[in-house]
Amino acid sequence: MAAVSVAALVFTGVEILMVHPRLYWGEAGNDLTPPLLELPISRNYRHGGWTASTPLLDGPGAPVSAGRTFHIFNENGWGRSLHFLSAWGLVGTGLVYVLIGVAGGHFHRHFIGGAKYGTLQRASYAIVVFVVAPVLVLTGLTMSPAVAAAAPMLLDLFGGHQSARTLHFFAFAALTLFTTAHLVMVIRSGFARQIRAMTVGDRS
Amino acid sequence: MTSRLVTRREALAAGVAVAGSVMLGGCGRPLPPTYGSVLRLADNFTYVAHRTLLPGQALVREYSRADLSSFPAVGTIDPAASKRPEVAESYRRWQAGAFGEWRLAISGAVARPGAWSLQELKALPSRTQITKHVCEEGWTAIGEWTGVPLSRVLDAVGLQPSARFVTFKSLDRRYDSIDLLDALHPQTVLAYGMNGRDLPVAHGAPLRLRVERQIGYKSMKYLTEMIVTEHLDDGGDRGYAKNGWAWYNGI
Repeated sequence: MAAVSVAALVFTGVEILMVHPRLYWGEAGNDLTPPLLELPISRNYRHGGWTASTPLLDGPGAPVSAGRTFHIFNENGWGRSLHFLSAWGLVGTGLVYVLIGVAGGHFHRHFIGGAKYGTLQRASYAIVVFVVAPVLVLTGLTMSPAVAAAAPMLLDLFGGHQSARTLHFFAFAALTLFTTAHLVMVIRSGFARQIRAMTVGDRS
Repeated sequence: MTSRLVTRREALAAGVAVAGSVMLGGCGRPLPPTYGSVLRLADNFTYVAHRTLLPGQALVREYSRADLSSFPAVGTIDPAASKRPEVAESYRRWQAGAFGEWRLAISGAVARPGAWSLQELKALPSRTQITKHVCEEGWTAIGEWTGVPLSRVLDAVGLQPSARFVTFKSLDRRYDSIDLLDALHPQTVLAYGMNGRDLPVAHGAPLRLRVERQIGYKSMKYLTEMIVTEHLDDGGDRGYAKNGWAWYNGI
């Protein structure tokens, strides 16, 4: 269930990013404000379909408005709902993992003490579990207007809605890189033996 | 390994119990139809979870004038250029008369149904708020909105005890509703001003809704009609749910 949720989260996350492939810092960020980064991943990339800008306030450099005239790529109707359905699925399995990890001593044995894994391995797994995954979840929650209303400290923690969105993307990228490296290592170190260890248990 | 404090099985059971109790807590709550889609079921789960777990009337953050940002206009940006002749004609007529002819029709579970002019709405106490518009596409913009809190209008028309939802219709044929918790939220406003000026045409003149704890598309532009209902009216063929989008979108 966790694997299916993660796969759906990655797929819909990319779809959602394709709808607006621009990243920003701070609270506000849109096609009429400068981006931090633009990704050429859909027809929406630099589409330029806007009416002439009209100022929203007096004075030089005042914020402007413009109307969109371009028919953008947007599959967020199912994309967003599937993203959140998968997130709910992962909240359930993630809670179980953390509960078992703490209560059963899994975290303590594998990340803090014990000689089963190397230092680098222990550090990278600990960073994923205790830093990247929480950042991914919390930045996701920050982007919910209802959650941000209830817990505005999330906006302060990440420096605003768009900062949270940008960090959400980079945490996703880090986790994807980690997972790819992890899978490569699993396969190279004996696929059948590792799968046996994960499911029916190893013999050590 | 038999000395674990919590077994996997126990933890799984606890997780299912928590999820189940959240859903059960929502059983008395009217939900929009799912049209057989698991995605709409997930939207309803989010709705129930938000209404159960989040404090009822928390306010969204408000910003200062220095934070006002550029603001894209999307969806309908000029009803006068609509391909539907009746829409374009109505809007041109309103514009020609500076929206003096425009009315907001209010009906349903209210003591005093009627048609409100812009002047009548402006005579009610107003609220100005600088808030962040969160679009489902991923962008955000900060704008200042001036209007009458929806709760003031509902007070003026006399909400009946059976009222549970407020449904809106717009000139560009949108049809949507919000629950009474959002309708009575202090920052839910019928806005006629933006950034200290009259609401621009591209942003919904003469009157638009602001539902600050939900995604931008719930803040309907070009309002024409408001109906207080006892039952959830998701708009059917013209509503979001049947067209593949979430009715509740606070996420």
